[in-house]
Amino acid sequence: MTTSSNLVWLIALPLLSSALLLLAGKRANAWGHLLATTVSASAFAIGVVEFFAMQNRDVAARPVTQKVFTWISVGDFQVDASLLLDQLSICFVLLITGVGTLIHVYSIAYMSHDRDRRRFFAYLNLFIAAMLLLVLGDSYLNLYVGWEGVGLASYLLIGFWNEKPAYATAAKKAFIANRVGDVGLSLAIMIAFATFGDVTFKGIEEQADQASTASMTAIALMLLLAAVGKSAQFPLQSWLGDAMAGPTPVSALIHAATMVTAGVYLITRSNFVFDAAPTAQLAVIVVGVITLLFGAVIGMAKDDIKKALAASTMSQIGYMILATGLGPIGYAFAIMHLLTHGFFKASMFLGAGSVMHGMKDEVNMRKYGGIGKYMPFTFITFGLGYLAIIGVPPFAGFYSKDKIIETAFNAGGLKGVLLGGATLLGATITAFYMTRVVIMTFFGNERWGHKDEPHESPALMLIPISLLSVGSVISGFLFYRNHSLEYWLKPIVNPAGEQHLEEFLKPIVVSVLAVTAVIIGVSIAIAKYRGEISSEAPVKVNALTKAARRDLFQDDFNEKVFMRPGQLLVKKLLNFDYIALDGLVRLVGAVSVGAGQSLRKLQNGYVRSYALMMVVGVLSLLITVWLMTS
Amino acid sequence: MSIANYLYLSAILFTIGAVGVVVRRNAIVVFMCIELMLNAANLAFVTFARINGNLEGQVVAFFTMVVAACEVVVGLAIIVTIYRSRRSASVDDASLLKR
Repeated sequence: MTTSSNLVWLIALPLLSSALLLLAGKRANAWGHLLATTVSASAFAIGVVEFFAMQNRDVAARPVTQKVFTWISVGDFQVDASLLLDQLSICFVLLITGVGTLIHVYSIAYMSHDRDRRRFFAYLNLFIAAMLLLVLGDSYLNLYVGWEGVGLASYLLIGFWNEKPAYATAAKKAFIANRVGDVGLSLAIMIAFATFGDVTFKGIEEQADQASTASMTAIALMLLLAAVGKSAQFPLQSWLGDAMAGPTPVSALIHAATMVTAGVYLITRSNFVFDAAPTAQLAVIVVGVITLLFGAVIGMAKDDIKKALAASTMSQIGYMILATGLGPIGYAFAIMHLLTHGFFKASMFLGAGSVMHGMKDEVNMRKYGGIGKYMPFTFITFGLGYLAIIGVPPFAGFYSKDKIIETAFNAGGLKGVLLGGATLLGATITAFYMTRVVIMTFFGNERWGHKDEPHESPALMLIPISLLSVGSVISGFLFYRNHSLEYWLKPIVNPAGEQHLEEFLKPIVVSVLAVTAVIIGVSIAIAKYRGEISSEAPVKVNALTKAARRDLFQDDFNEKVFMRPGQLLVKKLLNFDYIALDGLVRLVGAVSVGAGQSLRKLQNGYVRSYALMMVVGVLSLLITVWLMTS
Repeated sequence: MSIANYLYLSAILFTIGAVGVVVRRNAIVVFMCIELMLNAANLAFVTFARINGNLEGQVVAFFTMVVAACEVVVGLAIIVTIYRSRRSASVDDASLLKR
């Protein structure tokens, strides 16, 4: 396999820059953001160079590796800290560094009034480094380090404004929900090591056919748990909505484009495990379908623009997870949707940030309205992202989502019809809630209730948005044309060249169905939100809206089922510890003290009682001797 | 007359002395009771010397007398001093050691 010495710099540059910015303190305030952005751009440049070098090589010689150092060496077992850049990782490297750099540029303007801007950029660079390690590690153990690193960066950035207790709590919630998934990943690594004695992707792939289905299913289910935690899938999705407490660039980069898609990467990277475990694949499909509908339903009821977008992210990742569950054919489409989603969702989040910038950080869409004419540029770019996400041809989302719907229909039999129906329903709801967001924000009556007119954001914010919009317009077509992404990823995710089981519906029919679903969703939304929109959320709403406003009771469920019993258990254990264990120790102490107290009374100071004691003592001694000798 | 009677007498004298030490409060009386116990022991020593037909018991009796003489000197001095400082010769009043 080809080796390269450039890979380590991809990770080392942002990591060093992050450390420098954190250690230099206030002295770096003046130039910290410039350094961080330059470093991110250099990482992107390395990525582009590597991409073109890879494209010019033969298919078999495309993956490159680099051994950085020997990490663990115990007897026969050895883990290297080594990096692997193949057709799958390069997609992520370009997405992370490309979108990452644009968001760095955007943040220079967005965070210009924040006194902690340098710290913000240090964390962003830390995130870039950790995320690159996640996608470049050549073993599950290396991946795990990056996995924890992005969790840390996400925690630090959600709680960036931690002087507000609610934001600090949101950061903690995200971290704890992620820990549940992390346990799954560490268990998967342990089971894999026990089964194969190896934790590298290559080693496990080579031995995959020797392992039993049971152990493969166990590994796959644990990996799914990890993916569910990181990618905010059902039932661990509750943290993503609160994670919107972080600054908007963070929501765009971490909680829309890159980190939350790490679960999709994990499943795609472990395709050899999932292909050998049909039960786990079914679980993946179920999780994907539930989440894509769950997120969409929540998105319909949210008035907070960022939370509506977060619910949409959840739902779109549900599509990706569903696609990965559909086997070798689905992986490429999952990655395709992931990449196009990275463009259009980041663009829309940055657009939302731009609106907030012009609206004094207001996030409630009921206080927006008619912003389109004050912020035309933001409106156009957001509109392009909107057309992409609902899947209007020829925008990016159309191609990627259409492929997933098609693959779902072709899963075969009743399962195919159900999955296809669910994805179409999801597409309708997506069209509905995204239309709602656009109408409430950019059209209709002006409801912000103060005289200051919204103003358009500075060029430094608009340039990254426009570049991302270009991506959300053309990327889908580029990936779709001549099956370019499908064939590019084929050696990694579908080496056997597996085809659809059956062609349930012709692709053109599926496309027509999908577009019809979108038109239905858009029409309903227009009909419902055409008139005046109240600046207060209506109170008399149906039960589903009430439930969706409360995130379909997931928080209440978690509190009732996990948190309260957990607290009760801790309380009981504490009591047990206090009564049983401490009690034993205290009993020993009390016996000693009691014995001392009663013996102390003998020392009464009266000579006569001492004399009596001596007499009694001597007498008892004599009697004892007499009894023993006679 | 049986020689064992001397031992009985010795035991009776010792018991009287021991009971006196325990029940009486006056330091002088307690002191005399101790003397009684010592002399009961002396009687026993002398009797045993007679029974065994050697002089060792009688020698020990002399030692006991010497010790008793010393004890009287020291003991009476303490009692007199206590009486001077406290105006009391009761052994129960001299119970400060318990604190």
